Amino acid sequence: MFDSLKERLEGIFSKLRGKGRLTEEDINDALREVRRALLEADVNYKIAKDLVERIKERCLGQEVLSSITPAQQVYAVVYEELCNLMGGKKERLNFAAKPPSVFMLVGLQGSGKTTTAVKLALKISDSHKPMVVACDLRRPAAVKQLKVLAEKARILFFGPEEAGSGNVMDVTRKALSYADAHLIDVIIFDTAGRLHIDDDLMTELEQMHKLLDPSEVLLVIDSMTGQEGVNVAEAFKEKAGITGVVLTKLDGDARGGAALAVKAATGVPIKLVGVGEHLEDLEEFDATRMAQRILGM
Amino acid sequence: APGKKIDESFWDGLEEQLLLGDVGVDLTDELVAELRQEAKKSNIKDASALKEKFVDLIVRKLEEIPGMGKPIETKNKPAVVLLVGVNGSGKTTTAAKLASKFTSEGKKVLLAAADTYRAAAIDQLKVWGEKIGVRVVAHDVGGDPAAVIYDAIESAVASDADLVISDTAGRLHTKHNLMEELKKVKRVVERRLPEEPSESLLVLDAVMGQNAFYQAEVFNEALSLTGVILAKYDNTAKGGIILAVAQRMSLPIRYVGLGEGSEDLELFEPRSFVEALLS
Ligand SMILES: Nc1nc2c(ncn2[C@@H]2O[C@H](COP(=O)(O)OP(=O)(O)OP(=O)(O)O)[C@@H](O)[C@H]2O)c(=O)[nH]1
Ligand SMILES: Nc1nc2c(ncn2[C@@H]2O[C@H](COP(=O)(O)OP(=O)(O)OP(=O)(O)O)[C@@H](O)[C@H]2O)c(=O)[nH]1
Ligand SMILES: [K+]
Ligand SMILES: [Mg+2]
Ligand SMILES: [Mg+2]
Repeated sequence: MFDSLKERLEGIFSKLRGKGRLTEEDINDALREVRRALLEADVNYKIAKDLVERIKERCLGQEVLSSITPAQQVYAVVYEELCNLMGGKKERLNFAAKPPSVFMLVGLQGSGKTTTAVKLALKISDSHKPMVVACDLRRPAAVKQLKVLAEKARILFFGPEEAGSGNVMDVTRKALSYADAHLIDVIIFDTAGRLHIDDDLMTELEQMHKLLDPSEVLLVIDSMTGQEGVNVAEAFKEKAGITGVVLTKLDGDARGGAALAVKAATGVPIKLVGVGEHLEDLEEFDATRMAQRILGM
Repeated sequence: APGKKIDESFWDGLEEQLLLGDVGVDLTDELVAELRQEAKKSNIKDASALKEKFVDLIVRKLEEIPGMGKPIETKNKPAVVLLVGVNGSGKTTTAAKLASKFTSEGKKVLLAAADTYRAAAIDQLKVWGEKIGVRVVAHDVGGDPAAVIYDAIESAVASDADLVISDTAGRLHTKHNLMEELKKVKRVVERRLPEEPSESLLVLDAVMGQNAFYQAEVFNEALSLTGVILAKYDNTAKGGIILAVAQRMSLPIRYVGLGEGSEDLELFEPRSFVEALLS
């Protein structure tokens, strides 16, 4: 179904060969394909619209209009704009000046929070003494899932004494004093999946945030997410104060345009990507690779 | 109230709604073109009347597909249902919801814990089983999923159960070996119950975008799916990609998931789905 944008642009501009100079109309044809490619990659409709406007302005400049390789020129502009949108510099995790650093993982149901909690702990365990905390007391066996993964990765685990019971704020408080007593310098809180429109559960995150004053609140979002990703990210930013994004399941073939939209809409940087079910499968986010992916390169 | 005119802003608005609802560019273009023709033909002048026509048009397309909005087949004894899909889409919870639904309709149901891979997946299903009072057939972690389903069917036959609902491990459709493993699970079912076709249902997350289409394509290729369940439809996402899935693959949407509880499952209703998409 998806021809690559590059091929489509070549197709459009090849029709023009011999005609001499490009017109605004030609550029508009090309931009329609750009828009299509962005939408097929799940870039949010409104973000795609703004982006295409910006791209258009640049394409109407001389460098493209007078180019003998307009397809490549347009493509280069699109690519550059995507890279710009996603941020040039590598985004590192924030750690507290005075330990312990607290990280919270938040997001919709099934996005990959629990897995990412342990992946993240494992990733920093060379230079830190992390602990993961089970604050999903709702989903059946969520506590056990975190515990099993933590054991596998040899990461310290803290959870409610009895599965399927207890209170999130209680566990949170106890985890803090446990961490204090055991010289743990990074505490990673797994939380229950929730819809961004669920007021009660979003309030729970607000309360946790207040108590924990976290160094990082990471929104864990599935790379297969569609148009709603923007609203999800905006709501988690407002209610849970997200400071970074983890984009999961990038080992599949999803283009991941939601990532771009999330960054564009909230300004919150993508910091990490999940690339598999194994606990080692967590990587730093790379904006240029992501731009290539969205464009199907 | 006086009706709104059908002008370019009407068409733009419609396109925007469809695209924001994850319908996808190709199908959006097709549907809008079709409605433009319809508008010409029927000479409708009022925007809301035309929109109603549009709802009807899409609903008709959905309803043409056999099995659309219909419950799973439970005539066979035992009937077997495999729930498949990518990681985290909602399979395990949906298995519990279906088990609960059919139990309350008086069927004897068994759950099969054929996700032997993910951490605590078996426990998750067992907790559900206890909650809803349904027996769970399970092996050890790391076991062969095909063996689990085989056992579950044997157990169902021995205990005169009506229905075996099997969870499976989440897998991305791009992972060839995992898709082969799933085919093997299905072959075991077919060999054990050759006369009776089983159901293979793809569980899609309503928040997913265009990738869901490829998921459906590949899972359908591997298993000849008998339908789709749209989980997490209580999200504000519209789930529009299922229109392309339904239409291009002639796959019926059977149920929608509307929450995390065992009762939060309903039959898919084309009309309310389309109305929500265009609201
Ligand atoms: N292929 C792949 N699967 C992943 C990745 N990250 C997580 N998963 C899988 O996605 C599924 C959901 O992951 P979880 O960690 O349970 O997600 P969660 O957000 O904690 O889910 P809830 O607690 O139910 O909201 C599991 O099957 C994980 O193994 C990834 O990067 N790639
Ligand atoms: N809001 C909402 N959440 C749901 C729905 N269905 C499932 N969930 C939640 O989504 C998350 C993932 O559900 P699971 O049933 O574990 O998904 P899965 O496909 O079995 O996941 P894996 O086995 O890891 O691939 C859990 O937190 C569920 O509670 C639904 O209809 N609505
Ligand atoms: K919805
Ligand atoms: Mg979890
Ligand atoms: Mg599962």
